[in-house]
Amino acid sequence: MANFSTNEFRPGLKVMLDGDPCSILENEFVKPGKGQAFNRVRMRNLKTGRVWERTFKSGESLEGADVMDRSMEYLYTDGEFWYFMEPDTFEQHQADAKAVGDSYLWLKEQDGCEVTLYNGTPLSVAPANFVELEIVETDPGLKGDTAQGGSKPAKLSTGAVVKVPLFVTTGEVIRVDTRTGEYQNRVSK
Amino acid sequence: MSDWRPGAALAQLRQRAQLLAQIRAFFAARGVLEVETPLLCSRGITDPAIEPLLVERGESLTHAPRFLQTSPEYAMKRLLAAGSGPIYQICKAFRDGEAGRRHNPEFTLLEWYRPGMDHHALMAEVAALVCSCLGERPWQAFTYRELFQRCLQLDPFTADIATLQRTARQLTDPGTLAGGRDLWLDLLLTHAVEPWLAGQGLCFVYDYPASQAALARLAQRDGEVVGERFELYIDGVEVANGYHELDDVVEQRARFEADNRQRAAAGQPERPLDEALLAALAAGLPAVSGVALGLDRLLLLASGETDIRRLLAFSWERC
Repeated sequence: MANFSTNEFRPGLKVMLDGDPCSILENEFVKPGKGQAFNRVRMRNLKTGRVWERTFKSGESLEGADVMDRSMEYLYTDGEFWYFMEPDTFEQHQADAKAVGDSYLWLKEQDGCEVTLYNGTPLSVAPANFVELEIVETDPGLKGDTAQGGSKPAKLSTGAVVKVPLFVTTGEVIRVDTRTGEYQNRVSK
Repeated sequence: MSDWRPGAALAQLRQRAQLLAQIRAFFAARGVLEVETPLLCSRGITDPAIEPLLVERGESLTHAPRFLQTSPEYAMKRLLAAGSGPIYQICKAFRDGEAGRRHNPEFTLLEWYRPGMDHHALMAEVAALVCSCLGERPWQAFTYRELFQRCLQLDPFTADIATLQRTARQLTDPGTLAGGRDLWLDLLLTHAVEPWLAGQGLCFVYDYPASQAALARLAQRDGEVVGERFELYIDGVEVANGYHELDDVVEQRARFEADNRQRAAAGQPERPLDEALLAALAAGLPAVSGVALGLDRLLLLASGETDIRRLLAFSWERC
């Protein structure tokens, strides 16, 4: 891979740091009037998810990381691996539990998602921001209670548990924001 | 074809023109002479933290490449030694590898010299100029030492390097950074002191560690040797750097040579010394203070913009 100097660090650039692939989030060039110039770089370690600020001397360089974000379709899981397919090439990738992390809670078969490949292997999986999932278990709804008010837990087909309004019932499909795990609305079937 | 349009709005171009007119009126009223010196110089600067851009080809370059100036300082000092009296210059300067929200590799400097003034008198004049451009406002001045004591509870002159490193690690992940005291002091300055200065309006920092004196005279202050150098910050943005100028040719040569040793140790190319400047110092520089002020940054503050690239007709990326 090519090397990238601090003045080429842009948000989204993937580089290798201490053996791990990292994504650049922000890069600020700072320099006292005279003296050493630095780059204050906010980065995310793509293996651990850790976000932190590292300071480099300006002009230092890092090796690029072979990391690519790909839109894929989630196929199924066999319990050990999760399988994804690239829609244009039909190429399939298997991701282990470490790569999938908590995202399995929002993966529904045939839904689109974003898979990050590192050296060709899934490193992480990001579900769509909004997914529609069926409620498989929740306390009976209260008729007519459509105003604001209390909430109750509801278990979804993927195993995720979200808080829903009291009027929502088992068997209904709801829309959830996967970034916050918050209920958005009911979806008519 | 790429985007041909300017990065700055017409209002910004007008504001720049107005600023230039105000500055020229300010100096005309004070009897300071406007001068021009060459942008292409046969000698580069030794400062290890500044890299010039080189012009390498052309029939006029009979002996060697020429450097695009990183500041007009040496040429202006030759004018001072020749008896010019107070002078100022508005010019382009160039520094390789400096680009960001507040940096462009090609930028506009206002540099001026005041024979007979020490750095405190010049700070007052800098404040007057800035207020004439940005509107009246209070200003304050802190020593470098006071600022570190206030922001970091440490004495930058006496703290050992382990203390500096430990303090730096509380502010950022320094990774593999390695260097001497000045590197760690620079890190603490950029990561802790400058953010504090962001809340302080118009603020001078003066009397730097001797190792950071650059081209300033040294003096004894409270048991430490300091460089009589100052920096102006406005709302945390570094705008100007000034010196009570070093006029001792022996000391000046020694500092250039020390810079070159540091460059060699860091694997940077050494720079031939500017013998014309040294000869001018030997002939006699009047007691003088001088300052270089970044005009693009002053415009940044006058316009309320946050990114210098929206003030330049064509920033580096657009040329």
